[in-house]
Amino acid sequence: MEHNAPQLPDGLVAIVKRECATCQLVEPLLAEISHAGKSLAVYTQDDPLFPESVSHIHDADLAVSWHYDIETVPTILKIENGVEVDRTFGWSKNQWRAITGMNSLGEALPDMRPGCGSMSVDPDLVDSLRAKFSDSPVISRTVEFSSAEDEFEAIYARGWTDGLPVIPPTRERVLKMLTGTSRHPQDIVALCPPDLVELTVEKIAINAVMAGCLPEYLPWVITALEAVCNDEFNMHGVLATTMPVGPVIVCNGPGTRAIGMNTGINVFGQGNRANNTIGRAVQLTIRNVGGGRPGEVDRATHGNPGKISFCFAEDEERSPFTPLSVERGISEGKDAVTVFAGEGPRCIVDQLARSADELVNSYVMCLQAVHHPKLVLGFDAILTISPDHGRLFQQENWTREKLVEEITAKSMKAGVDLVRGAHGIAEGIPPHLESATLPKFRPGGLLVTFAGGGAGLFSSVIAGWANGSIGSNPVTRMVQP
Amino acid sequence: MASISILDPTNESKPATRELIERPASIEGHTIGLLDISKPRGNVFLDRIEQKLQERGAKVLRFSKPTFTKPAPVDLRHEISTQCTLVIEALAD
Repeated sequence: MEHNAPQLPDGLVAIVKRECATCQLVEPLLAEISHAGKSLAVYTQDDPLFPESVSHIHDADLAVSWHYDIETVPTILKIENGVEVDRTFGWSKNQWRAITGMNSLGEALPDMRPGCGSMSVDPDLVDSLRAKFSDSPVISRTVEFSSAEDEFEAIYARGWTDGLPVIPPTRERVLKMLTGTSRHPQDIVALCPPDLVELTVEKIAINAVMAGCLPEYLPWVITALEAVCNDEFNMHGVLATTMPVGPVIVCNGPGTRAIGMNTGINVFGQGNRANNTIGRAVQLTIRNVGGGRPGEVDRATHGNPGKISFCFAEDEERSPFTPLSVERGISEGKDAVTVFAGEGPRCIVDQLARSADELVNSYVMCLQAVHHPKLVLGFDAILTISPDHGRLFQQENWTREKLVEEITAKSMKAGVDLVRGAHGIAEGIPPHLESATLPKFRPGGLLVTFAGGGAGLFSSVIAGWANGSIGSNPVTRMVQP
Repeated sequence: MASISILDPTNESKPATRELIERPASIEGHTIGLLDISKPRGNVFLDRIEQKLQERGAKVLRFSKPTFTKPAPVDLRHEISTQCTLVIEALAD
């Protein structure tokens, strides 16, 4: 019972509806209880005339049913000094006799009949009842559109979308979204760049509704935002850079399967609600709460389509490698997100390699192209290996560590080939590194992931942005319910 | 079509507005801060600006951000605001 619940009289309280056969079955008993001199208040949910044989109150707005958590009708409550001390639901001869103290009640009836669903838990009504009655401290300003306005156009006109239509975040929808987290709506998750404003769970929930999320995605959205809104990931810089990067979200753990994330065919593409709306909710929050809008703080020269949403899960069940989250310090079996400042994916084709070594040679040649073949160590990358490619590593029992070691070793290049001006190309590393021998990636700078459809001898590379303290580091966080 | 109410998805804050100081008649005797955001070769450009300002009688102080990808740290902003009487704010790439 919540503190603003209607007060019930002491004695017995029955909640019934005509549509329920069990309620009709027990109707004569309600009259019998009443005539026996017991204090009995009867609340009816649907038909204000029911039950005819006993005086009753119409719970027209379902306030009593909602506040007293009635899930089944009939329910009998026992109230003493204004407090519920007992309840029984459905028809149970023994329980009704116990709660009424009438030892011969319902002699002619069967011992037990299950009740029916209370109208206050009807899926069509529950969202509006929650919005009407709950104490939820949702405090955002209400924006009302006139009846002449098309709400989809009105939201677009206010600059609150990513260019695609959004679900209007009504109070009912936002409260329903908030049921997906145990966190308080006013909990501050982070300071949201670029405006560095306090980002609450409530504001995330509003933007998650707009993105099309289901409530069970909300903990993932919250965690991804925690992971990007800090100095380590540097979301401010990811927005402000002229490079085409945005937050790429890699999800791990059993929860990815529970919420139906795609790890297979078209894993980076369209068609899966969780993949597409979690990433979208993160970006809408950065836009609407943080103020990160293209042409303002977002200065990307080209950007990339993944800046609408880029979120996927690893196929941990088929992967020959440990999950990325485990590699990055999260316990096995825990849900986690890793955020990476990345551009769009690029395909690596090798349909002829028949050994892990041959395939790594191809990987290295393609990975050298990350941003520029003459630029090394300054950019990280995600390598996403498909099942068909992964099989080669599985057959030869390669671990993730072995793969990264081999790529690092094989990517070594002489500084003389990389310095500015070498090979007639002005771009390159500074001249003082001419005598060095350098790998493509810094230690920890190549994030290996496993995902994709069951057919296709392809892998994929997602190039990063300026790494380390001058730019962005990948961040991994455990998902909290 | 029925009217519809939604919850505001923004941070609901209004940016503070601050008055610009009046444009000085001369820069002579002023201390002007130049902030290098640490982009490559920004120093080449600012060296020249510093020279030009000094020729006109200004004192120039140079500052730099640790990295161009992040906002200037609070301490650095405070240092500039307490040591300089004029600031030229500009950003280029």
